[in-house]
Amino acid sequence: MATLTRRGFLKATGGIAAVGTVGMGFPQLALGGNKNVVVIGGGAAGAVAAKHVKLADPSINVTLIEANDHYYTCFMSNEVIGGDRDISTIRHGYEGLASRGIQVVHSKATGVDTDARTVTTEGGDSFPYDRLVVSPGIDLKWDAIEGYDMAAAEAMPHAWKAGSQTALLRSQLEAMDDGGTFIICPPGNPFRCPPGPYERVCQVAHYFKEHKPNSKILVLDAKDKFSKMGLFTQGWERRYDGMIEWVSGTDTAGGIAEVNTADMTVTTEFGDTHEGAVINVIPPQSAGQIALSAGLADDSGWCPIHLDTFESKLVPNVHVIGDASIATGLPKSGYAANSEGKVCAAAVVAMLADEEPGTPSYVNTCYSLIAPDYGISVAAVYRLAEDKSKVAKVAGGLTPSDASDEMLAREVQYAYSWYNNIVADMFA
Amino acid sequence: MHSQFIPRAILASALMLPFALHADQHGDGAMASVEMLTGACVACHGPAGASVGPATPSLAGLPAVYFIGAMLSYKHGQDLDAAEAEAASDPELEDVEVFARHGTIMDRLAAGYTLAEIKTMAQYFASKSVALATQEFDAELASKGEALHSDNCEKCHEEGGRSTVDDMVPLAGQWKHYLQYSLADFHGGARGMPKKMKSRLEEVMETEGEDGLAALINYYASQR
Repeated sequence: MATLTRRGFLKATGGIAAVGTVGMGFPQLALGGNKNVVVIGGGAAGAVAAKHVKLADPSINVTLIEANDHYYTCFMSNEVIGGDRDISTIRHGYEGLASRGIQVVHSKATGVDTDARTVTTEGGDSFPYDRLVVSPGIDLKWDAIEGYDMAAAEAMPHAWKAGSQTALLRSQLEAMDDGGTFIICPPGNPFRCPPGPYERVCQVAHYFKEHKPNSKILVLDAKDKFSKMGLFTQGWERRYDGMIEWVSGTDTAGGIAEVNTADMTVTTEFGDTHEGAVINVIPPQSAGQIALSAGLADDSGWCPIHLDTFESKLVPNVHVIGDASIATGLPKSGYAANSEGKVCAAAVVAMLADEEPGTPSYVNTCYSLIAPDYGISVAAVYRLAEDKSKVAKVAGGLTPSDASDEMLAREVQYAYSWYNNIVADMFA
Repeated sequence: MHSQFIPRAILASALMLPFALHADQHGDGAMASVEMLTGACVACHGPAGASVGPATPSLAGLPAVYFIGAMLSYKHGQDLDAAEAEAASDPELEDVEVFARHGTIMDRLAAGYTLAEIKTMAQYFASKSVALATQEFDAELASKGEALHSDNCEKCHEEGGRSTVDDMVPLAGQWKHYLQYSLADFHGGARGMPKKMKSRLEEVMETEGEDGLAALINYYASQR
């Protein structure tokens, strides 16, 4: 046991009997009859929510419904695409959550009856809930770019949900001849992982520089600005000068209008057609399908929620967390999803006990790897605005543009540590 | 350095007691719970503050005054006077010492928390057992480091750097990368330290050079 304190603390606390506990988990709730919490989706937000509801109150029956036996994290998947990381290292199972007493059901949630409060699965089972947490991640809008459907994604991977698509893009880059052009087409806002496309550019450039030095990268963007833009462009100039051409949203007239997988071409809204040896189309996105079919999304395709509880503004007793939610002020990042999962879990437990939810606190840290010795980050602490209209940043910022090589190298090791720890937080 | 013997029984009861709860200085009412606040830390620093590495340090078992001093240093950037003034604003924190620190993201994040919140986090992590990381090390260097530690560091960092008595920061079992960054910053001047430590570190550098630091790092990393 650690030595906690010295004289100053003892004076204040006076050695009187404990009035509260620290480090003992949430207060245990004495409930009559067990409550049922169902979580749909075992990703960065859902896994954390399921775990924290169970930690807070073991008497609650927590069921996690997840279609896949394993989860491939999107975070660090760009390192797989660049070749520095094996895909097995971003693959995680649900044994840890199951061992905590969470019922893990590997089936696809196919329907939510918000009146009867049940979730049905592809396996034909029905799960009743007192509160439902929906954490479905994103779905890709297949109708948004002409010619880009699920079949086209086999020729031009999106790799925006990690797993087989990640492996496919990696294998295409490996098969590409030196001197080829890799085209990447980032979508307009909002989308999952705002710095992700630009980190991917770095990781592919890193691979080309070592293995295919005559190759080029063309970025056909839907936007004029992007996350960590100054730091990324600085990194591109420092490490990959002359290899990367970025075309702004103004010059594409808003991104990609059409793809042709037979010719391996993409055509911008402006009308320019580009041919690539490997093409990565990241299409516009919406909340995952189950959120749409359950009536949780508004016209934007994303789910409006109350920011203090993540309860849906459209359907009572249902919470939406992670990339699918409209968490005004928070980015669609893995760490924000983790934070949302914890805020939501605490609120769910309190609401089931007819208590007022506690004060939320939110955080985000997002690393991007420019090279094996060159990492950058954005980090922020947030609080709920007084009128609850947004999550307001109270501190934070980017890696300084004049950071030393030593500090940039440390950020890589901290990024790896972040990865290992957030994965442990989700699945252990 | 301070010295104050605290009987175990009192310590045990103190462990159960949080600091007095203060209203949130950002003006939106009650402070978030300890689980909510520390939930923000653990996705980088590991479950209950026991980092799974390879670089982010474990927070589990850190003495509360050390944690608070570090957070106030990060919170106020290079303005140590402001950090000391904030510590001095709270009579419970008279033993907190603030030294310069050069962080990557912590100097961006720490400013987001009130002193009351930092104290709550500090008590949570202090209530946990020190986490000893399992990591690779060079046995020869570790053996050399043990001797260097014994000659130069053991007087304050007792029990081979395991002890947290007298609010000493535990070194044993901390992640190697973090120890390396810390020693580089101490040596390079980016991070401040007590005078006694400075003279000892200079002594090690004079006699052993960088190899001496590597030996110490491998020694602490070798402890399980």
